[in-house]
Amino acid sequence: MALNNIQTTINYGHACSTPAVPGEPALAIDNLRYRYPGALHPVLEGICLEVQPGEKIALVGPNGAGKSTLIKLIAGLVAPPTGSITIYGNPAGACHHRVAYVPQRSDVDWRFPVSVRQVVMMGRYAHLGWLKRPRPEDHTAVTRALAAMQITPLADRQIGELSGGQQQRVMLARSLAQDADLFLLDEPLNNLDMPTQELIFHVLEQLAQASKTVLVSTHDLGILPIHFSRAIFLDGHVIADGPVGSVLTAETLARAYGVHLCTEDTVNPTLAALAGK
Amino acid sequence: MSTLPLWINWLIEPFTYSFMQRGLLAAVMVSVICAVLGAFVVLRGMAFVGDAMAHTILPGIVIAYWLGGNLLLGALAAGLLTAFGIGWFTRDGQLQEDTAIGVMFSGLFALGILLLSIVSSYRDLTHILFGNILGVSGTDLWLIAGVGVLVVGMVLAFFKELVVTSFDPGHAITIGLSPGVVRYGLLILLAFATVSGIQSVGVVMVVSLLVTPAATAYLLSQQLPRMILMSVGFSVGAALVGLYLSYYWNLASGATIVLALTTLFIIVFLIAPRRGLLWRMRAKHTSTGGTDERNETGREDLLLSE
Repeated sequence: MALNNIQTTINYGHACSTPAVPGEPALAIDNLRYRYPGALHPVLEGICLEVQPGEKIALVGPNGAGKSTLIKLIAGLVAPPTGSITIYGNPAGACHHRVAYVPQRSDVDWRFPVSVRQVVMMGRYAHLGWLKRPRPEDHTAVTRALAAMQITPLADRQIGELSGGQQQRVMLARSLAQDADLFLLDEPLNNLDMPTQELIFHVLEQLAQASKTVLVSTHDLGILPIHFSRAIFLDGHVIADGPVGSVLTAETLARAYGVHLCTEDTVNPTLAALAGK
Repeated sequence: MSTLPLWINWLIEPFTYSFMQRGLLAAVMVSVICAVLGAFVVLRGMAFVGDAMAHTILPGIVIAYWLGGNLLLGALAAGLLTAFGIGWFTRDGQLQEDTAIGVMFSGLFALGILLLSIVSSYRDLTHILFGNILGVSGTDLWLIAGVGVLVVGMVLAFFKELVVTSFDPGHAITIGLSPGVVRYGLLILLAFATVSGIQSVGVVMVVSLLVTPAATAYLLSQQLPRMILMSVGFSVGAALVGLYLSYYWNLASGATIVLALTTLFIIVFLIAPRRGLLWRMRAKHTSTGGTDERNETGREDLLLSE
Protein backbone atom coordinates (compact mmCIF):
# COMPACT_ATOMS: atom_id res chain seq x y z
CA MET A 1 0.00 0.00 0.00
CA ALA A 2 2.63 2.50 1.06
CA LEU A 3 5.00 1.24 -1.62
CA ASN A 4 2.21 1.54 -4.14
CA ASN A 5 1.76 5.17 -3.08
CA ILE A 6 5.44 5.87 -3.56
CA GLN A 7 5.45 4.25 -6.97
CA THR A 8 2.36 6.18 -8.09
CA THR A 9 3.84 9.38 -6.75
CA ILE A 10 7.13 8.86 -8.54
CA ASN A 11 5.23 8.43 -11.81
CA TYR A 12 2.79 11.26 -11.28
CA GLY A 13 2.36 13.46 -14.33
CA HIS A 14 3.43 10.70 -16.74
CA ALA A 15 1.19 9.97 -19.69
CA CYS A 16 -1.28 7.16 -19.01
CA SER A 17 0.02 3.74 -19.90
CA THR A 18 -3.53 2.41 -19.68
CA PRO A 19 -5.72 3.75 -22.48
CA ALA A 20 -9.48 3.72 -22.06
CA VAL A 21 -10.84 0.36 -23.18
CA PRO A 22 -13.32 0.94 -26.03
CA GLY A 23 -16.84 -0.28 -25.35
CA GLU A 24 -16.28 -0.44 -21.59
CA PRO A 25 -18.48 1.70 -19.31
CA ALA A 26 -17.04 4.95 -18.02
CA LEU A 27 -17.62 3.72 -14.50
CA ALA A 28 -18.48 0.27 -13.28
CA ILE A 29 -18.91 -0.50 -9.60
CA ASP A 30 -19.40 -4.06 -8.51
CA ASN A 31 -20.63 -5.08 -5.07
CA LEU A 32 -18.89 -2.24 -3.28
CA ARG A 33 -18.91 -2.24 0.51
CA TYR A 34 -17.18 0.34 2.67
CA ARG A 35 -16.86 0.78 6.40
CA TYR A 36 -14.91 3.65 7.96
CA PRO A 37 -12.07 2.41 10.21
CA GLY A 38 -13.46 1.96 13.71
CA ALA A 39 -17.11 2.25 12.62
CA LEU A 40 -19.53 -0.56 13.43
CA HIS A 41 -21.69 -0.45 10.34
CA PRO A 42 -20.71 -0.01 6.73
CA VAL A 43 -21.63 3.34 5.23
CA LEU A 44 -22.03 1.73 1.80
CA GLU A 45 -23.08 -1.80 1.03
CA GLY A 46 -23.87 -3.81 -2.06
CA ILE A 47 -23.36 -0.93 -4.47
CA CYS A 48 -23.53 -1.96 -8.12
CA LEU A 49 -23.54 0.70 -10.81
CA GLU A 50 -22.75 1.07 -14.45
CA VAL A 51 -22.33 4.46 -16.10
CA GLN A 52 -21.81 4.96 -19.82
CA PRO A 53 -19.59 7.69 -21.33
CA GLY A 54 -21.54 10.91 -21.89
CA GLU A 55 -24.05 10.30 -19.09
CA LYS A 56 -24.90 13.10 -16.69
CA ILE A 57 -26.05 11.62 -13.44
CA ALA A 58 -27.32 13.00 -10.16
CA LEU A 59 -26.41 11.14 -7.00
CA VAL A 60 -29.24 11.86 -4.58
CA GLY A 61 -29.80 11.05 -0.94
CA PRO A 62 -30.12 12.49 2.56
CA ASN A 63 -27.14 13.58 4.66
CA GLY A 64 -25.13 10.57 5.74
CA ALA A 65 -26.39 8.47 2.83
CA GLY A 66 -22.80 7.91 1.67
CA LYS A 67 -22.86 10.21 -1.38
CA SER A 68 -19.57 11.91 -0.51
CA THR A 69 -17.98 8.62 0.49
CA LEU A 70 -18.96 7.02 -2.80
CA ILE A 71 -17.50 9.94 -4.74
CA LYS A 72 -14.30 9.84 -2.69
CA LEU A 73 -14.00 6.09 -3.27
CA ILE A 74 -14.33 6.56 -7.03
CA ALA A 75 -11.77 9.38 -6.93
CA GLY A 76 -9.44 7.13 -4.94
CA LEU A 77 -9.30 9.40 -1.88
CA VAL A 78 -10.45 6.69 0.48
CA ALA A 79 -8.56 3.42 0.83
CA PRO A 80 -9.70 0.65 -1.54
CA PRO A 81 -12.66 -1.26 -0.08
CA THR A 82 -14.20 -4.62 -0.77
CA GLY A 83 -15.69 -4.78 -4.23
CA SER A 84 -14.32 -3.33 -7.43
CA ILE A 85 -14.36 0.07 -9.10
CA THR A 86 -13.48 0.14 -12.79
CA ILE A 87 -12.99 3.36 -14.73
CA TYR A 88 -13.02 3.16 -18.54
CA GLY A 89 -12.10 -0.51 -18.29
CA ASN A 90 -9.17 0.04 -15.91
CA PRO A 91 -9.01 -0.33 -12.14
CA ALA A 92 -9.57 2.93 -10.23
CA GLY A 93 -6.31 4.81 -9.88
CA ALA A 94 -4.74 3.39 -13.06
CA CYS A 95 -4.94 6.70 -14.87
CA HIS A 96 -4.88 9.92 -12.93
CA HIS A 97 -5.51 12.17 -15.90
CA ARG A 98 -8.91 10.70 -16.48
CA VAL A 99 -10.69 11.51 -13.23
CA ALA A 100 -11.35 15.03 -11.95
CA TYR A 101 -12.67 15.52 -8.44
CA VAL A 102 -14.38 18.72 -7.31
CA PRO A 103 -14.50 18.73 -3.49
CA GLN A 104 -17.23 20.30 -1.39
CA ARG A 105 -16.57 23.97 -0.94
CA SER A 106 -16.35 23.49 2.83
CA ASP A 107 -13.48 20.99 2.38
CA VAL A 108 -11.15 23.66 0.97
CA ASP A 109 -8.94 26.03 2.97
CA TRP A 110 -9.92 29.31 1.30
CA ARG A 111 -7.46 31.37 3.33
CA PHE A 112 -4.55 29.57 1.67
CA PRO A 113 -2.30 32.17 -0.01
CA VAL A 114 -2.83 31.19 -3.66
CA SER A 115 -4.51 33.04 -6.50
CA VAL A 116 -7.41 31.84 -8.63
CA ARG A 117 -5.07 31.27 -11.58
CA GLN A 118 -2.70 29.16 -9.49
CA VAL A 119 -5.54 26.94 -8.25
CA VAL A 120 -6.81 26.38 -11.78
CA MET A 121 -3.24 25.58 -12.88
CA MET A 122 -3.21 22.77 -10.30
CA GLY A 123 -5.54 20.91 -12.66
CA ARG A 124 -2.65 20.85 -15.14
CA TYR A 125 -0.23 19.28 -12.66
CA ALA A 126 -1.76 15.93 -13.64
CA HIS A 127 -0.03 16.41 -16.97
CA LEU A 128 3.19 18.01 -15.71
CA GLY A 129 4.86 15.85 -13.10
CA TRP A 130 8.03 16.45 -11.11
CA LEU A 131 10.34 19.37 -11.78
CA LYS A 132 8.36 20.63 -14.78
CA ARG A 133 7.07 24.15 -15.04
CA PRO A 134 3.81 24.93 -16.87
CA ARG A 135 4.22 24.92 -20.66
CA PRO A 136 2.40 27.22 -23.11
CA GLU A 137 -0.36 24.63 -23.65
CA ASP A 138 -0.94 24.52 -19.88
CA HIS A 139 -1.36 28.29 -19.75
CA THR A 140 -3.77 28.08 -22.69
CA ALA A 141 -5.83 25.42 -20.92
CA VAL A 142 -6.00 27.57 -17.78
CA THR A 143 -7.04 30.66 -19.75
CA ARG A 144 -9.79 28.66 -21.45
CA ALA A 145 -11.05 27.19 -18.18
CA LEU A 146 -11.14 30.63 -16.54
CA ALA A 147 -13.09 32.00 -19.48
CA ALA A 148 -15.53 29.07 -19.49
CA MET A 149 -16.36 29.71 -15.84
CA GLN A 150 -16.45 33.50 -16.43
CA ILE A 151 -13.84 34.24 -13.77
CA THR A 152 -11.10 35.70 -15.96
CA PRO A 153 -11.31 39.13 -14.23
CA LEU A 154 -10.70 37.41 -10.88
CA ALA A 155 -7.66 35.42 -12.02
CA ASP A 156 -5.12 37.19 -9.83
CA ARG A 157 -7.23 37.48 -6.69
CA GLN A 158 -6.47 35.44 -3.61
CA ILE A 159 -9.19 32.77 -3.43
CA GLY A 160 -10.46 33.87 -0.02
CA GLU A 161 -11.56 37.21 -1.46
CA LEU A 162 -14.20 35.55 -3.65
CA SER A 163 -17.87 34.93 -2.94
CA GLY A 164 -19.09 31.35 -2.46
CA GLY A 165 -20.39 31.13 -6.02
CA GLN A 166 -17.12 32.40 -7.43
CA GLN A 167 -15.17 29.89 -5.34
CA GLN A 168 -17.27 27.04 -6.72
CA ARG A 169 -16.51 28.29 -10.23
CA VAL A 170 -12.78 28.19 -9.45
CA MET A 171 -12.96 24.54 -8.39
CA LEU A 172 -14.92 23.60 -11.50
CA ALA A 173 -12.45 25.58 -13.66
CA ARG A 174 -9.63 23.52 -12.17
CA SER A 175 -11.34 20.29 -13.19
CA LEU A 176 -11.91 21.68 -16.71
CA ALA A 177 -8.21 22.55 -16.97
CA GLN A 178 -7.37 19.00 -15.98
CA ASP A 179 -9.08 17.84 -19.16
CA ALA A 180 -10.45 14.66 -17.57
CA ASP A 181 -13.05 12.21 -18.87
CA LEU A 182 -14.90 11.46 -15.65
CA PHE A 183 -15.98 14.43 -13.53
CA LEU A 184 -16.95 13.85 -9.91
CA LEU A 185 -18.62 16.83 -8.22
CA ASP A 186 -19.40 16.67 -4.52
CA GLU A 187 -22.38 18.91 -3.66
CA PRO A 188 -21.37 21.64 -6.10
CA LEU A 189 -24.73 23.39 -5.87
CA ASN A 190 -24.93 24.05 -2.13
CA ASN A 191 -25.93 27.63 -1.32
CA LEU A 192 -25.17 28.98 -4.77
CA ASP A 193 -26.59 32.06 -6.42
CA MET A 194 -28.82 31.33 -9.42
CA PRO A 195 -26.46 32.65 -12.13
CA THR A 196 -23.66 30.39 -10.89
CA GLN A 197 -26.02 27.40 -10.76
CA GLU A 198 -27.15 28.08 -14.32
CA LEU A 199 -23.53 28.46 -15.49
CA ILE A 200 -22.53 25.19 -13.83
CA PHE A 201 -25.44 23.33 -15.44
CA HIS A 202 -24.53 24.85 -18.79
CA VAL A 203 -20.90 23.72 -18.49
CA LEU A 204 -21.91 20.23 -17.31
CA GLU A 205 -24.25 19.93 -20.32
CA GLN A 206 -21.40 20.88 -22.64
CA LEU A 207 -19.18 18.25 -21.00
CA ALA A 208 -21.84 15.58 -21.47
CA GLN A 209 -22.24 16.55 -25.13
CA ALA A 210 -18.49 16.15 -25.57
CA SER A 211 -18.93 12.55 -24.30
CA LYS A 212 -17.49 13.35 -20.88
CA THR A 213 -19.09 11.57 -17.95
CA VAL A 214 -20.46 13.63 -15.08
CA LEU A 215 -21.51 12.46 -11.62
CA VAL A 216 -22.96 15.12 -9.33
CA SER A 217 -24.04 14.58 -5.75
CA THR A 218 -26.89 16.75 -4.56
CA HIS A 219 -29.83 16.81 -2.21
CA ASP A 220 -31.76 19.33 -4.24
CA LEU A 221 -34.60 17.35 -5.78
CA GLY A 222 -36.06 20.27 -7.68
CA ILE A 223 -33.23 20.37 -10.21
CA LEU A 224 -33.42 16.70 -11.16
CA PRO A 225 -36.08 16.74 -13.90
CA ILE A 226 -34.59 19.78 -15.65
CA HIS A 227 -30.88 19.06 -15.60
CA PHE A 228 -30.30 15.33 -15.33
CA SER A 229 -31.31 12.37 -17.44
CA ARG A 230 -30.57 9.80 -14.77
CA ALA A 231 -30.70 9.80 -10.98
CA ILE A 232 -29.30 7.37 -8.46
CA PHE A 233 -30.95 7.43 -5.05
CA LEU A 234 -28.60 6.38 -2.32
CA ASP A 235 -29.02 5.55 1.34
CA GLY A 236 -26.19 3.21 2.24
CA HIS A 237 -27.28 1.16 -0.75
CA VAL A 238 -28.82 2.00 -4.10
CA ILE A 239 -32.54 2.61 -3.57
CA ALA A 240 -33.43 3.52 -7.10
CA ASP A 241 -31.50 4.02 -10.31
CA GLY A 242 -32.86 5.08 -13.64
CA PRO A 243 -34.30 7.90 -15.74
CA VAL A 244 -35.33 10.80 -13.50
CA GLY A 245 -38.95 10.57 -14.62
CA SER A 246 -39.31 6.99 -13.49
CA VAL A 247 -37.32 7.09 -10.22
CA LEU A 248 -38.55 10.41 -8.84
CA THR A 249 -41.57 8.90 -7.14
CA ALA A 250 -43.17 9.28 -3.73
CA GLU A 251 -42.11 5.74 -2.92
CA THR A 252 -38.43 6.35 -3.74
CA LEU A 253 -38.42 9.52 -1.68
CA ALA A 254 -40.00 7.71 1.23
CA ARG A 255 -37.31 5.03 1.10
CA ALA A 256 -34.45 7.47 0.65
CA TYR A 257 -35.48 10.01 3.22
CA GLY A 258 -37.46 7.77 5.57
CA VAL A 259 -40.47 10.05 5.48
CA HIS A 260 -43.85 9.61 3.94
CA LEU A 261 -45.33 12.34 1.88
CA CYS A 262 -48.48 13.51 3.58
CA THR A 263 -51.66 12.43 1.93
CA GLU A 264 -55.18 12.69 3.35
CA ASP A 265 -55.05 9.37 5.18
CA THR A 266 -51.48 9.60 6.55
CA VAL A 267 -51.95 12.88 8.36
CA ASN A 268 -50.14 13.13 11.67
CA PRO A 269 -52.27 11.30 14.26
CA THR A 270 -51.93 14.20 16.70
CA LEU A 271 -53.40 16.53 14.15
CA ALA A 272 -56.11 14.02 13.39
CA ALA A 273 -56.95 13.80 17.07
CA LEU A 274 -57.07 17.56 17.33
CA ALA A 275 -59.28 17.76 14.29
CA GLY A 276 -61.60 15.13 15.79
CA LYS A 277 -62.20 17.20 18.92
CA MET B 1 37.29 53.45 13.16
CA SER B 2 37.26 56.69 15.11
CA THR B 3 36.17 58.67 12.05
CA LEU B 4 32.91 56.72 11.80
CA PRO B 5 29.77 58.12 13.40
CA LEU B 6 29.06 56.72 16.81
CA TRP B 7 25.99 54.73 15.86
CA ILE B 8 27.74 52.94 13.00
CA ASN B 9 30.51 52.08 15.37
CA TRP B 10 27.87 50.76 17.75
CA LEU B 11 26.50 48.53 14.98
CA ILE B 12 29.87 47.29 13.78
CA GLU B 13 31.67 46.76 17.06
CA PRO B 14 30.11 43.42 18.04
CA PHE B 15 31.14 41.87 14.76
CA THR B 16 34.81 42.65 15.14
CA TYR B 17 34.92 39.48 17.22
CA SER B 18 35.15 36.23 15.32
CA PHE B 19 32.69 34.42 17.60
CA MET B 20 30.14 37.15 16.85
CA GLN B 21 30.80 36.86 13.13
CA ARG B 22 30.25 33.12 13.25
CA GLY B 23 27.17 33.64 15.40
CA LEU B 24 25.75 36.15 12.94
CA LEU B 25 26.38 33.90 9.95
CA ALA B 26 24.81 30.93 11.73
CA ALA B 27 21.81 32.96 12.90
CA VAL B 28 21.14 34.30 9.41
CA MET B 29 21.39 30.89 7.76
CA VAL B 30 19.23 29.23 10.38
CA SER B 31 16.65 31.99 10.06
CA VAL B 32 16.43 31.48 6.31
CA ILE B 33 16.15 27.69 6.59
CA CYS B 34 13.46 27.73 9.26
CA ALA B 35 11.48 30.55 7.68
CA VAL B 36 11.34 28.84 4.28
CA LEU B 37 9.99 25.61 5.77
CA GLY B 38 7.97 27.47 8.37
CA ALA B 39 5.57 28.76 5.71
CA PHE B 40 4.52 25.18 4.98
CA VAL B 41 4.50 24.24 8.66
CA VAL B 42 2.02 27.06 9.33
CA LEU B 43 -0.16 26.44 6.28
CA ARG B 44 -0.40 22.71 6.98
CA GLY B 45 -0.97 23.12 10.72
CA MET B 46 2.20 21.21 11.60
CA ALA B 47 3.42 23.46 14.43
CA PHE B 48 3.07 20.66 16.95
CA VAL B 49 5.08 18.29 14.77
CA GLY B 50 7.83 20.90 14.56
CA ASP B 51 7.90 21.29 18.32
CA ALA B 52 7.92 17.54 18.85
CA MET B 53 10.73 17.10 16.35
CA ALA B 54 12.88 19.52 18.31
CA HIS B 55 12.32 17.66 21.56
CA THR B 56 12.82 14.14 20.27
CA ILE B 57 16.20 15.19 18.97
CA LEU B 58 17.58 15.52 22.50
CA PRO B 59 18.51 11.84 23.04
CA GLY B 60 20.37 11.91 19.70
CA ILE B 61 22.40 14.89 20.84
CA VAL B 62 23.23 13.32 24.19
CA ILE B 63 24.28 10.02 22.66
CA ALA B 64 26.50 11.86 20.18
CA TYR B 65 28.03 13.82 23.07
CA TRP B 66 28.56 10.57 24.93
CA LEU B 67 30.33 8.96 21.99
CA GLY B 68 32.32 12.10 21.32
CA GLY B 69 30.76 12.59 17.87
CA ASN B 70 29.39 15.74 16.28
CA LEU B 71 26.27 16.81 18.17
CA LEU B 72 24.47 18.05 15.07
CA LEU B 73 24.95 14.72 13.31
CA GLY B 74 23.55 12.90 16.35
CA ALA B 75 20.59 15.25 16.37
CA LEU B 76 20.04 14.68 12.69
CA ALA B 77 19.90 10.91 13.11
CA ALA B 78 17.33 11.29 15.89
CA GLY B 79 15.32 13.79 13.82
CA LEU B 80 15.13 11.44 10.85
CA LEU B 81 14.06 8.58 13.13
CA THR B 82 11.32 10.83 14.50
CA ALA B 83 10.12 11.70 11.01
CA PHE B 84 9.68 8.02 10.18
CA GLY B 85 8.36 7.19 13.64
CA ILE B 86 5.52 9.70 13.36
CA GLY B 87 4.59 8.33 9.97
CA TRP B 88 4.73 4.75 11.23
CA PHE B 89 2.56 5.27 14.30
CA THR B 90 -0.19 6.97 12.34
CA ARG B 91 0.06 4.87 9.19
CA ASP B 92 -3.44 3.42 9.19
CA GLY B 93 -5.36 5.91 11.23
CA GLN B 94 -5.43 3.84 14.43
CA LEU B 95 -4.15 6.81 16.41
CA GLN B 96 -4.78 10.50 15.96
CA GLU B 97 -1.57 12.04 14.77
CA ASP B 98 -1.25 14.58 17.57
CA THR B 99 -1.78 11.81 20.11
CA ALA B 100 1.04 9.73 18.63
CA ILE B 101 3.28 12.77 18.53
CA GLY B 102 2.43 13.74 22.11
CA VAL B 103 3.34 10.30 23.39
CA MET B 104 6.54 9.97 21.39
CA PHE B 105 7.84 13.44 21.99
CA SER B 106 7.51 13.49 25.75
CA GLY B 107 8.90 9.96 25.99
CA LEU B 108 11.97 10.65 23.89
CA PHE B 109 12.58 14.02 25.56
CA ALA B 110 12.50 12.28 28.96
CA LEU B 111 14.95 9.69 27.63
CA GLY B 112 17.22 12.52 26.53
CA ILE B 113 17.10 14.18 29.97
CA LEU B 114 17.76 10.82 31.64
CA LEU B 115 20.80 10.12 29.46
CA LEU B 116 22.03 13.62 30.08
CA SER B 117 21.79 13.24 33.83
CA ILE B 118 23.95 10.12 33.50
CA VAL B 119 26.65 11.50 31.25
CA SER B 120 27.08 15.05 32.46
CA SER B 121 25.86 17.84 34.62
CA TYR B 122 22.80 19.93 33.96
CA ARG B 123 25.03 22.87 33.04
CA ASP B 124 25.68 21.36 29.60
CA LEU B 125 21.95 20.98 29.26
CA THR B 126 21.32 24.70 29.06
CA HIS B 127 23.25 25.07 25.79
CA ILE B 128 21.21 22.35 24.16
CA LEU B 129 17.91 23.43 25.62
CA PHE B 130 18.25 27.15 25.10
CA GLY B 131 20.83 27.52 22.35
CA ASN B 132 24.31 28.96 22.23
CA ILE B 133 24.65 30.88 19.02
CA LEU B 134 27.94 32.41 20.11
CA GLY B 135 29.53 29.01 20.57
CA VAL B 136 29.12 27.94 16.92
CA SER B 137 32.19 26.16 15.56
CA GLY B 138 33.52 26.21 12.02
CA THR B 139 32.28 22.65 11.43
CA ASP B 140 28.83 23.62 12.63
CA LEU B 141 28.79 26.51 10.16
CA TRP B 142 29.54 24.17 7.28
CA LEU B 143 26.86 21.74 8.45
CA ILE B 144 24.30 24.54 8.69
CA ALA B 145 25.28 25.82 5.25
CA GLY B 146 24.83 22.31 3.86
CA VAL B 147 21.40 22.06 5.43
CA GLY B 148 20.55 25.47 3.99
CA VAL B 149 21.45 24.46 0.45
CA LEU B 150 19.50 21.22 0.83
CA VAL B 151 16.35 22.79 2.29
CA VAL B 152 16.14 25.79 -0.02
CA GLY B 153 17.02 23.64 -3.05
CA MET B 154 14.37 21.02 -2.26
CA VAL B 155 11.66 23.59 -1.58
CA LEU B 156 12.42 25.35 -4.88
CA ALA B 157 12.50 22.08 -6.82
CA PHE B 158 9.31 20.64 -5.33
CA PHE B 159 7.46 23.88 -4.75
CA LYS B 160 4.36 23.03 -6.76
CA GLU B 161 4.02 19.59 -5.16
CA LEU B 162 4.37 21.10 -1.68
CA VAL B 163 1.73 23.70 -2.52
CA VAL B 164 -0.83 21.34 -4.04
CA THR B 165 -0.56 18.75 -1.25
CA SER B 166 -0.82 21.48 1.39
CA PHE B 167 -3.75 23.24 -0.24
CA ASP B 168 -5.88 20.33 -1.44
CA PRO B 169 -4.65 16.81 -0.56
CA GLY B 170 -7.75 15.33 -2.24
CA HIS B 171 -6.86 16.85 -5.58
CA ALA B 172 -3.25 15.73 -5.13
CA ILE B 173 -4.42 12.12 -4.74
CA THR B 174 -6.65 12.24 -7.81
CA ILE B 175 -3.73 13.43 -9.94
CA GLY B 176 -1.55 10.63 -8.58
CA LEU B 177 0.53 12.58 -6.09
CA SER B 178 0.46 11.02 -2.62
CA PRO B 179 0.28 13.69 0.11
CA GLY B 180 1.73 11.09 2.49
CA VAL B 181 4.91 10.73 0.47
CA VAL B 182 5.33 14.49 0.17
CA ARG B 183 4.68 14.81 3.89
CA TYR B 184 7.48 12.36 4.66
CA GLY B 185 9.80 14.46 2.54
CA LEU B 186 8.73 17.57 4.41
CA LEU B 187 9.26 15.88 7.78
CA ILE B 188 12.78 14.92 6.75
CA LEU B 189 13.56 18.50 5.72
CA LEU B 190 12.00 19.61 8.99
CA ALA B 191 14.39 17.34 10.88
CA PHE B 192 17.32 19.02 9.10
CA ALA B 193 15.95 22.50 9.78
CA THR B 194 15.27 21.74 13.45
CA VAL B 195 18.80 20.48 13.95
CA SER B 196 20.21 23.66 12.45
CA GLY B 197 17.90 25.75 14.63
CA ILE B 198 18.96 24.08 17.87
CA GLN B 199 22.35 25.78 17.71
CA SER B 200 20.66 29.12 17.45
CA VAL B 201 17.79 29.06 19.92
CA GLY B 202 17.88 25.59 21.42
CA VAL B 203 15.54 22.62 21.56
CA VAL B 204 12.80 24.31 23.53
CA MET B 205 12.42 27.37 21.32
CA VAL B 206 13.23 26.11 17.82
CA VAL B 207 9.55 25.82 17.00
CA SER B 208 9.36 29.58 17.32
CA LEU B 209 11.77 30.01 14.39
CA LEU B 210 9.56 27.72 12.32
CA VAL B 211 6.19 29.13 13.26
CA THR B 212 6.40 32.75 14.40
CA PRO B 213 7.92 34.48 11.34
CA ALA B 214 5.71 32.45 9.00
CA ALA B 215 2.62 33.24 11.05
CA THR B 216 3.51 36.93 10.99
CA ALA B 217 4.00 36.87 7.23
CA TYR B 218 0.74 34.91 6.80
CA LEU B 219 -1.14 37.83 8.32
CA LEU B 220 0.42 40.23 5.84
CA SER B 221 0.47 38.46 2.48
CA GLN B 222 -1.93 36.86 0.04
CA GLN B 223 0.69 35.12 -2.08
CA LEU B 224 2.86 32.24 -0.94
CA PRO B 225 6.21 33.31 -2.47
CA ARG B 226 5.75 36.71 -0.86
CA MET B 227 4.80 35.12 2.42
CA ILE B 228 8.03 33.09 2.37
CA LEU B 229 10.21 36.10 1.52
CA MET B 230 8.61 38.22 4.24
CA SER B 231 9.02 35.39 6.69
CA VAL B 232 12.73 35.16 5.86
CA GLY B 233 13.05 38.92 6.27
CA PHE B 234 11.39 38.94 9.71
CA SER B 235 13.45 36.01 10.81
CA VAL B 236 16.81 37.51 9.78
CA GLY B 237 15.82 40.87 11.29
CA ALA B 238 14.91 39.24 14.60
CA ALA B 239 18.19 37.33 14.61
CA LEU B 240 20.11 40.62 14.25
CA VAL B 241 18.08 42.39 16.92
CA GLY B 242 18.54 39.39 19.20
CA LEU B 243 22.30 39.35 18.70
CA TYR B 244 22.68 43.08 19.47
CA LEU B 245 20.54 42.82 22.58
CA SER B 246 22.52 39.81 23.66
CA TYR B 247 25.89 41.52 23.04
CA TYR B 248 25.23 44.88 24.67
CA TRP B 249 23.11 43.78 27.60
CA ASN B 250 24.55 40.33 28.10
CA LEU B 251 21.21 38.57 27.60
CA ALA B 252 20.62 34.98 26.46
CA SER B 253 20.76 35.18 22.65
CA GLY B 254 18.20 32.42 22.01
CA ALA B 255 15.64 34.16 24.17
CA THR B 256 16.23 37.60 22.67
CA ILE B 257 15.83 36.26 19.12
CA VAL B 258 12.57 34.50 20.00
CA LEU B 259 11.22 37.51 21.89
CA ALA B 260 12.05 39.82 18.99
CA LEU B 261 10.04 37.51 16.70
CA THR B 262 7.16 37.32 19.17
CA THR B 263 7.01 41.09 19.61
CA LEU B 264 6.83 41.57 15.87
CA PHE B 265 4.07 38.99 15.61
CA ILE B 266 1.98 40.71 18.26
CA ILE B 267 2.35 44.08 16.57
CA VAL B 268 1.34 42.64 13.21
CA PHE B 269 -1.52 40.68 14.74
CA LEU B 270 -2.91 43.94 16.03
CA ILE B 271 -2.38 46.25 13.07
CA ALA B 272 -2.14 44.07 9.93
CA PRO B 273 -4.37 45.35 7.12
CA ARG B 274 -7.49 43.20 6.65
CA ARG B 275 -6.45 40.36 8.98
CA GLY B 276 -5.26 42.38 11.99
CA LEU B 277 -7.39 42.71 15.10
CA LEU B 278 -7.81 46.50 14.90
CA TRP B 279 -8.63 46.30 11.21
CA ARG B 280 -11.28 43.68 11.74
CA MET B 281 -12.80 45.66 14.60
CA ARG B 282 -12.99 48.72 12.39
CA ALA B 283 -14.42 46.71 9.50
CA LYS B 284 -17.09 45.32 11.80
CA HIS B 285 -17.86 48.85 12.94
CA THR B 286 -18.28 50.17 9.39
CA SER B 287 -20.15 47.13 8.12
CA THR B 288 -22.90 47.78 10.65
CA GLY B 289 -23.47 50.84 8.46
CA GLY B 290 -23.86 48.40 5.57
CA THR B 291 -21.14 49.79 3.30
CA ASP B 292 -18.87 46.74 3.28
CA GLU B 293 -21.57 44.27 2.46
CA ARG B 294 -22.95 46.39 -0.33
CA ASN B 295 -19.50 46.52 -1.88
CA GLU B 296 -19.25 42.74 -1.86
CA THR B 297 -22.53 42.16 -3.63
CA GLY B 298 -21.89 45.09 -5.91
CA ARG B 299 -18.73 43.48 -7.19
CA GLU B 300 -20.41 40.13 -7.72
CA ASP B 301 -23.31 41.67 -9.64
CA LEU B 302 -20.85 43.44 -11.87
CA LEU B 303 -19.15 40.17 -12.66
CA LEU B 304 -22.30 38.20 -13.23
CA SER B 305 -23.74 40.73 -15.61
CA GLU B 306 -20.87 40.20 -18.04
